[in-house]
Amino acid sequence: MAQSQQTETSLSIALVGSGGTGVMTAGSLLLEAAANAGWYGLMTRSVGPQIRGGEAAALVKLSTSPTCSASDRFDILLGIDWKNADRFAGEIPLTPQSVILGDAKAGDPPENLAASGARVHTVPLTSLAGDISGGRPNMIALGVVAALAGIDQENVVALLAKKLARKGEAAIEASTRAVAAGYEAASAIPSPCAAPSLKAPQKGRWMINGNQAAGLGALRGGVRFVSAYPITPATEILEWMAPNLARLGGTLVQAEDELASINMAIGASYGGIPALTATSGPGLALMMEGLGLSVGSEVPVVVVDVMRGGPSTGIPTKSEQSDLNIAVYGFHGDAPHIVVAPTSVADCLFTAQWAVHLAEALQSPVIVLSDQFLGQASAIIDPPADLTFFARRKVAQEPGESFQRYAVTADGISPMSIPGTPGGQYTADGLEHNPRGTPSSQATDHALQMDKRARKIAEFDYGDHWADIDGEGELAIITWGSLTSTVREALDRLADDDVSVRLIALRLLAPIRQEKLAAALDGVSRVLIIEQTHGGQFHHYLRGHYDLPGDVKSFHRPGPTPLRTVEIVEFIKNWSDQ
Amino acid sequence: MTSASTSSPAPRPADFKSDIKPVWCPGCGDYHVLLSFTKAMAHLGVQPHEVAVISGIGCSSRIPAYTNCYGFHSIHGRALAVATGLKVARPDLTVICAGGDGDGFSIGGNHFLHACRRNIDLTYIVMDNEVYGMTKGQPSPTTDPNWDSALTPGGTGVSPFHPLVIALASGANFVARCFSGDPNTTAKVIAEAARHPGFSFVQILSPCATFRPDQKEWRNMVRDAPVGGTDDPARAARRIMTDDGFNLGILYRGSRKSYRFSVGENKDELAAIEGKFTL
Repeated sequence: MAQSQQTETSLSIALVGSGGTGVMTAGSLLLEAAANAGWYGLMTRSVGPQIRGGEAAALVKLSTSPTCSASDRFDILLGIDWKNADRFAGEIPLTPQSVILGDAKAGDPPENLAASGARVHTVPLTSLAGDISGGRPNMIALGVVAALAGIDQENVVALLAKKLARKGEAAIEASTRAVAAGYEAASAIPSPCAAPSLKAPQKGRWMINGNQAAGLGALRGGVRFVSAYPITPATEILEWMAPNLARLGGTLVQAEDELASINMAIGASYGGIPALTATSGPGLALMMEGLGLSVGSEVPVVVVDVMRGGPSTGIPTKSEQSDLNIAVYGFHGDAPHIVVAPTSVADCLFTAQWAVHLAEALQSPVIVLSDQFLGQASAIIDPPADLTFFARRKVAQEPGESFQRYAVTADGISPMSIPGTPGGQYTADGLEHNPRGTPSSQATDHALQMDKRARKIAEFDYGDHWADIDGEGELAIITWGSLTSTVREALDRLADDDVSVRLIALRLLAPIRQEKLAAALDGVSRVLIIEQTHGGQFHHYLRGHYDLPGDVKSFHRPGPTPLRTVEIVEFIKNWSDQ
Repeated sequence: MTSASTSSPAPRPADFKSDIKPVWCPGCGDYHVLLSFTKAMAHLGVQPHEVAVISGIGCSSRIPAYTNCYGFHSIHGRALAVATGLKVARPDLTVICAGGDGDGFSIGGNHFLHACRRNIDLTYIVMDNEVYGMTKGQPSPTTDPNWDSALTPGGTGVSPFHPLVIALASGANFVARCFSGDPNTTAKVIAEAARHPGFSFVQILSPCATFRPDQKEWRNMVRDAPVGGTDDPARAARRIMTDDGFNLGILYRGSRKSYRFSVGENKDELAAIEGKFTL
């Protein structure tokens, strides 16, 4: 791993330990305490495949500006124990400037972590915890890392009082004392980082993960029916939505499989209720026939695919962008549809809400390609703006004798009658049909309906949301999804070296926006396509549909480790060697 | 459960029939099922726009377009899933799911089990002809093991499925068997099934004139079940397991609670939900 200059604006802390040691709790509290002190930040979770127990890591990145990318290097690694911690070496890059902190009783840190040359200190986590009634090593650890990060102890204490209120005074007392012991122990350790001067935090910041944000975006967009089949790493969307949907008068049904969940959502939506299901790669594969039904019968539906490593069961707990091909190409027949991708944790909310709007407006399936990294990362974000997207379907209000459900219209969108409306009866059909909906295998009907379905998707005004575009320069990076934030940070770093690069992050992956991308690439002589796949799916997709100018290179590698800012910086600095 | 509309004139069977000509073969039992369906809806007193007929793929699954109700001709095996979503989202509608034995018991078998379990207030009509007709004569899960076909020369050698018993074991709340050749009785049973709360399953023996000409004999083999229906699923299952498959009637009426769900609009809570994320 190449080293980069430590930027003053970020600080990365990894907490590792066996399942049950409470590293996730400590990490979450650290993130929230830091946010209260004025930091933005991101926490990702890394766990082994075990159902319970096993190794776990909370990876916390604090930054003076909103951040949503994996850390290049960690300033602090703290191990409550080192059991199986060697498995995290790829995810926790350390440098000689880093500090490794281990419990005095845990022995030496694993060789592959110590090999970084980081300074190693011991902290008596378990014995300090043992001196406190109800004290736990993870709270000592929290005190240590919060102290080294320069966070005021009062800040952590206030947070504990708030978070542990329901557990009672004794729990607050024990944790507060443990944190204080951690702060004291930290005074003997030179901090690896200088604390930046932080502005007082803006009021009303949120802490949210991508799965929650996607669920909330869907609710804001008007989704009131969700069908659910559990699958890692999408389950949290469904579990978060279940109670919250009920509060809004909606319903979640647990389906028997993904074949059922997609078709339940289609059934609910046919009834006029905006509907969604969430899944991951294997579930999406099972849903493809149902998604084709949504295209053919023109019933709106939203599927959030939280991507994980594939193919087959793959790596369920790790991120990858390798469902792009199935999302854009997986349908049988000619099936125009929409694929969108959020570009950050915060953008999961925007993109999910937009997806509902597009599905409803266009009577189409919309696949939202989130991924494990975004879905399971907790981020500190500015309060999201209120958006005007709300599910609006073109509905036939007073359909009469001559009502044609699949009428051929200029914009390709045909008014839909909602069951219960007198005079609007029709049969929605996956069989090709005439404008009335009557099954037809006539060439003219097929051509008219195919053209209509293609037209509504191709000619819709997607506004500026099709891509996030930033910067100037003759070199453009085209990327998508969770890599957007990583690329942004790489470009910020290159800008410090006076290297100017244009960023084009696609939010709308399908349909193709040829003219828009051509305009965005105006004046570009070099293009770098960045994605997290083994086979370069995005590169091939772009090559298949767009004229990319000049010298085009593709940088792609699969999961499970996230692409890092430094890799992108190095790639661009060494362009001619690539 | 369905309540009659008060504002509209009493519906007639013809109100439920569309003008689309069925693709079914001459002599197909499904014509009579369509007739029974229209009579049943008139019995119920619902209006055509208050009914949704949901199907999958197969000969009998073409039925929605032949009605004048809302319909959804979906994909093979998934009719019950579509119907489930619709009924949960729109409990005000009368939702009738219809299809064949291949669609319901083979490719859709898992949904059948779970629809019975879930006990949503749906009526599921299976037109059982013990054959895949649309693909021209392959054995289905209810086919006799010795029935010869091009796909399974000499027969499947596999025991047939007992849909009514499986429905009982899985929790269906109403179980009946009918014969398409008696549309008046079938209509009454469908109407009863639609009135009964929870998941109602009606197997209709509906002969395939083209690939199962032997089923012409069914008219001579069917009979009313010798005893009336019961509310004891074990007793109903024992009777069905020991009959020859031709006892007709409402065989089981349960009183299990229907699936519980809520639907409505209450936007006031959104701000409170979002407030949980504020630091």
